[in-house]
Amino acid sequence: MDKRGRARRGGSFEFVNALLMLAVCFLTLYPMWFVFINSINAPQQAMLGTVNWFPKELSLDSYSVAFNDKSLMNGFLITTLRTVIGTVTHVLFTAIVAYGMSKTQLIGRKLYMRIALITMLFSGGLIPTFLLMTKLGLYDNFWVFILPSLYAFFNMVIFMSFFRTIPDGLEESAKVDGASDYGVLFRIVLPNSMAVLATIALFSAVYHWNDYYQGVIYIRSQDLLPLQTILYKIVAENSMSFMQQQAMAQFGARLPGNSIKFASMMVATAPILLFYPFIQRYLVKGVMIGAIKG
Amino acid sequence: MDQRKTGIMKALARQWQLQSMVVPGIIWMFIFCYIPMLWLVIAFMDYSIAKPMLESPFVGLKHFEDFATDDRFWRSIRNTLGMSSIKLLLGFPIPILFALLLNEIRSLRFKRTVQTISYLPHFVAWTIFGGIALNWLGEGGVVNQLLMATGLQDREILYISDPKYFWWITYFTDTLKETGWSAIIYIAAIAGIDPELYEAAELDGAGRWQRMWHITVQSIRPTIAILFILAIAGILGSNFEQIFMLKNNMNMKMAESLDLYIYNMGLVSGRHSFSTAVLFARSIVALGLLLLANYSSKKLANESIF
Repeated sequence: MDKRGRARRGGSFEFVNALLMLAVCFLTLYPMWFVFINSINAPQQAMLGTVNWFPKELSLDSYSVAFNDKSLMNGFLITTLRTVIGTVTHVLFTAIVAYGMSKTQLIGRKLYMRIALITMLFSGGLIPTFLLMTKLGLYDNFWVFILPSLYAFFNMVIFMSFFRTIPDGLEESAKVDGASDYGVLFRIVLPNSMAVLATIALFSAVYHWNDYYQGVIYIRSQDLLPLQTILYKIVAENSMSFMQQQAMAQFGARLPGNSIKFASMMVATAPILLFYPFIQRYLVKGVMIGAIKG
Repeated sequence: MDQRKTGIMKALARQWQLQSMVVPGIIWMFIFCYIPMLWLVIAFMDYSIAKPMLESPFVGLKHFEDFATDDRFWRSIRNTLGMSSIKLLLGFPIPILFALLLNEIRSLRFKRTVQTISYLPHFVAWTIFGGIALNWLGEGGVVNQLLMATGLQDREILYISDPKYFWWITYFTDTLKETGWSAIIYIAAIAGIDPELYEAAELDGAGRWQRMWHITVQSIRPTIAILFILAIAGILGSNFEQIFMLKNNMNMKMAESLDLYIYNMGLVSGRHSFSTAVLFARSIVALGLLLLANYSSKKLANESIF
C-alpha cells in the first residue's frame, strides 16, 4: 500500500529517471556499436563515409585484411603472451609477498611496510624510470612488459587483508601435519582465496591487454609491438603497415583506411567485450575491497 | 648485546621461509621504485646517457631556472590546470549525480543492468575510445552531423584540429568513458545506508528530494570528501593515455599538459636532466597539494585520508 502510494506520487519522476538511465546505457553502448557496424560495412559503401545505425551492405573484407596483416597478428600474439605471462607472474609474486607480510610474527614487518608505503608517496617518474629500464637492458625487450609490473602495492594490501580472514585453524592443522610455509600457502591459503585471485588476475589481465603506452615508450622493434601500440599508430598517427598498404592496393584503393581501422579496433577489443559479461562482477568486487581497505 | 643478536639471527633462521617470501618484494621495490627516486639527482646535473651518472657535471639549479623561464613550460601548466579544473568542477559531480539517480530506480534488475552497462567503457582501451573520438570529431563525423542536423551549426567544424576545443574534448570523452566506473564507490556507499533512516524521514514527511539531500548525500559525504581530496591532489596530473591519443600537431598548443611536456622534452628531445628537474619540482608541489587538501578538508569537513 505504502509502496504503491509512493510510486504514484513520484510517477513522472520515475519515468524521466528511467529514460535518463536508458540514455546513459545508449551513450555507453553506442560507441562500440558504431565501431562494429562500420567494421562490417562494405568497402564501396564505406567510401561514402561512416554509417550511424546499420551497415549499408555487409562485408568482411576489412577483417580479412586485418587477419592477413602480419604485423597486426604478431601484435595480437605479443599482447596475448604479455597478458598471460604478466598476469600469472604478477598474481603469484604479489600473493607470495602478501602472504609473508600477513604474518604478524614476521621479523621486520613494520620496516617492510614502511618501505612499501614510501613508494606510494614518492616516485621517480617517467624519465628516471626510463633511464633505469635502459640501464637494465629492458629497452626494446619483451620483459619490460613483465618485470616492472610484477608487484603492486594496492594488490598486495588486498591480498594481505584477505589472507587474514582465512581461519588460523586451517593453517595450524596443516602445519601440525608437517607442511612448510610454502606448503600452507599453495595447498591451503591460495585454494581458499580463489575469488580474490580471480579479481586481481582480471585487473592485471585487462591492464596488460589495454596498455599501449609501454609499447610507445620502450619498444622499437616492429615484431615486439603489442597490439594496442600498433592500433595507436594506425588510429592516431594514421600510419599503415606495409601489409595494409598492399591490401589497399589489391582492393584497388577501394578499401578506405577507415574500414581497416574499425576492423582492427574490433579485433583489439573483442576479447574484452566477449569476456565482459562473465568477469564484470569480479571487477566490481575488486574495487569494493580496494575501496574499503584503501 | 651479542646474545640478543644471535637470538634475532636464530629467529630469522627459524622463519627463513616467510622471509624468503617477502624479501624478493623488497628487492623489487628497491630496483623499480627506489633507484628511480635516486636518479632524480640528475635534475641537478648535466646528465648524458652515454656516461656513468656520477661522472656528469653538477650544475645546481640551472635546469630549474631553464624551465621556469620557458614559455612552453608555463603553457603546459596552464593546460594542465585548465583541463584539471574542468574535470574537477564539471566532472567530479557527475558520478555522484549518476549514483543518486540510479539509486532511485525501483526495479532491482533494471538498476543492475544499467550499472553493468555503465562501466563497460572503463575497460575499453583508450586506443579504441580515442579512435572513436577522433572519427566522430573529424570531417563528416557524428558530432558534425548531429549539430548540423539540429541546426546548432551551419557548417562543418574540425573540432579535433582546432586547439580551442581540446580541453572540452578531454572532458567529454573522459566523462563518457569513466562516469559509470567512478560511480561504483558512491553506489557502494549508498547501499550501506541504514534503510530505517529513510523510513523515519518519510514518517516525518520528507519528500524525495529532501530524503536524497538530507540522508543520501549527507551519508556519503565522507566518501565524497576523500575522493575530492585525491582529485585536488592530482590536479597537476593528467590522463596521459587519453591526451597522447587525442593530441596532434594542430592542437598541441592546448593539448600539451605537464605530463606530455615532460615526455616531449625528455624522451622526444632527449633532455633527460631538464625533464627530470620538471618532474622533481612537480612531485614536491603535488605532495604539498596533497597535504594542503588533506588539512583543509580536515578543518572544513572533518574528513581526511591521513
